[in-house]
Amino acid sequence: MKRYVIIGNGTAAVGCIEGIRAADREGAITVVSGEARPVYSRPLISYYLEGKTDLERMKYRSDTFYADNGCQVLYGRKATEIDPAQKTVQLDDGTALAYDKLCVAAGSRSFVPPFAGLDSVKDRFTFITLDDALSLEQALGTGRDKRVLIVGAGLIGLKCAEGIIDRAKSITVCDLADRVLSSILDAECAAVVQQHLEAHGIAFMLSDTAVKFDGGCAEMKSGRNVEFDVLVLAVGVRANTELVKAAGGSVNRGIIVNEKLETDLPDVYAAGDCTEGFDASLGDRRVLAILPNAYAQGQTAGTNMAGGDKVLDNAIPMNSIGFFRLHMMTAGSYTGEMTETRNGQTLRRFFVKDGLLKGFMLIGDTVRAGIYTSLIRDRIPLETLEFGPAAHEATSAMYTRETRRKKYGGVV
Amino acid sequence: MKRVYVNEEWCLGCHLCEYNCAFANSGLEDMVLALKGRKIFPRIHVEGDDRITFAVSCRHCTDPLCVKSCIAGAISKRDGVVKIDRTKCVGCLTCVLVCPYGALAPGEDGIMQKCELCLENSCGAPACVTGCPNKAIVYEERGGAE
Ligand SMILES: Cc1cc2nc3c(=O)[nH]c(=O)nc-3n(C[C@H](O)[C@H](O)[C@H](O)COP(=O)(O)OP(=O)(O)OC[C@H]3O[C@@H](n4cnc5c(N)ncnc54)[C@H](O)[C@@H]3O)c2cc1C
Ligand code: SF4
Ligand code: SF4
Repeated sequence: MKRYVIIGNGTAAVGCIEGIRAADREGAITVVSGEARPVYSRPLISYYLEGKTDLERMKYRSDTFYADNGCQVLYGRKATEIDPAQKTVQLDDGTALAYDKLCVAAGSRSFVPPFAGLDSVKDRFTFITLDDALSLEQALGTGRDKRVLIVGAGLIGLKCAEGIIDRAKSITVCDLADRVLSSILDAECAAVVQQHLEAHGIAFMLSDTAVKFDGGCAEMKSGRNVEFDVLVLAVGVRANTELVKAAGGSVNRGIIVNEKLETDLPDVYAAGDCTEGFDASLGDRRVLAILPNAYAQGQTAGTNMAGGDKVLDNAIPMNSIGFFRLHMMTAGSYTGEMTETRNGQTLRRFFVKDGLLKGFMLIGDTVRAGIYTSLIRDRIPLETLEFGPAAHEATSAMYTRETRRKKYGGVV
Repeated sequence: MKRVYVNEEWCLGCHLCEYNCAFANSGLEDMVLALKGRKIFPRIHVEGDDRITFAVSCRHCTDPLCVKSCIAGAISKRDGVVKIDRTKCVGCLTCVLVCPYGALAPGEDGIMQKCELCLENSCGAPACVTGCPNKAIVYEERGGAE
């Protein structure tokens, strides 16, 4: 009987468990769960604060998930060391687990730059875990009287802002970048989104950030001072690579994995936010810190750990995110020639290189966008289509009749 | 497993399947009450132009990307049928971004919905199939992986 150990208990771990169990019902699976709770939908922590979900509905899997899959979960335990020679994982309670196959699914953590005076701020939070969200909820209370400063106008900072808008007196978001969502939007798309957020009461200080804190006051790079009651630090995340690095495995910004999700340590796999995998739209490696990728990588790793032979070679960055009912979707890489269509608040930009769709940004009009995503992932030559992506809203009418017969006429 | 397939050359583009779908999932017994004067949110969509038309609904994929990608764990596959737990969905549209077939769209309430083959509503078998005047939509077993 094989012994499987999984470090971490997020989406990548669930994918890994389901991947293993599709092939091996017998082996023993032990999950080392740093967080002292069953898996939950991490991206939903802002929706929780917004009141759009609750702790019950945030469960990513049913209450019987671990029992049904014969998993032993060590809640609140941390792995401290991997010994690839002995094939053991050391835990923080001094015990060790032996493995035949190991998956590191340790995710990422909030990166907090060394701000001067940060210790003087009483109510300061990061926004990654459910515990973070519950502590922030406590600090905001029910008086709607707290001024909140959020450092970081990325996805996490802005989702947090939306989530607490009805619980805060005011929200100011600052970022060193000159625009919101700078990792996924260009300047013009970002401007559309920023205006929309401002119309809903969020104030921005861009190209500016806090340099020093003194209790409830932030001194900004621009020299201005911002008074606040609650501080949220959402500057960025860092992959948890340390365990693999210390064991002698290759890491860069994430743990280096191949398309079977193997690290370069024997019998050690890695999946999810802690890895740096292959981005098919870029043709290079990159950390793809999104939930769909965490699941797909975990499942692929699990399948292979159980003796299967599965590769994941069509992962791309992609995000679907909405603020106050304005939806936007982005995917792939923004290289090559750009074509755009515009209509009021809807803006669509497509990036084409070497006859292939490489990336897109869609704001407002997101109907059937998965058809575009599949053109990128499956590297479909645009010349084989009846018309290009910008000609029309996304539709399978862009395929030839013959392609459509194949795609829609059988089991896929 | 049986799935819904559309024989494109037979599709008239009449949109009746969309109405039958919306009615089947309305939970109401009177079609006029359910549909008259209202914008409908069907789970099958007629696409195309004046030359060709065809209806599209969920393929109940062998390895469904929507299930793997839902940020709320709201989509699952059981006995071959891909379903959404609408109480868990938060309307982020990630599933729309990944479904290669354009088979998902939000309902009137912004919560996602998709074809679940009418197995749990009062029809018991796909209403789009039963109601198609030209028998362009069929519910049948076709070969391939499951
Ligand atoms: C606020 C927010 C909003 C988001 N929104 C979206 C979104 O809309 N769409 C999207 O696609 N993605 C979104 N994401 C990203 C998404 O949540 C992640 O990509 C996904 O959760 C990664 O899953 P994972 O299993 O790799 O890591 P995680 O979910 O981070 O799980 C890793 C787990 O490992 C544990 N761990 C770490 N080290 C150890 C150790 N040494 N021993 C034991 N346990 C350990 C950690 O405690 C953690 O619980 C969002 C993230 C946040 C924070
Ligand atoms: S919604 Fe799309 S991805 Fe999901 S099973 Fe249906 S066709 Fe496949
Ligand atoms: S819109 Fe709903 S069903 Fe679709 S991915 Fe988001 S939470 Fe899941």
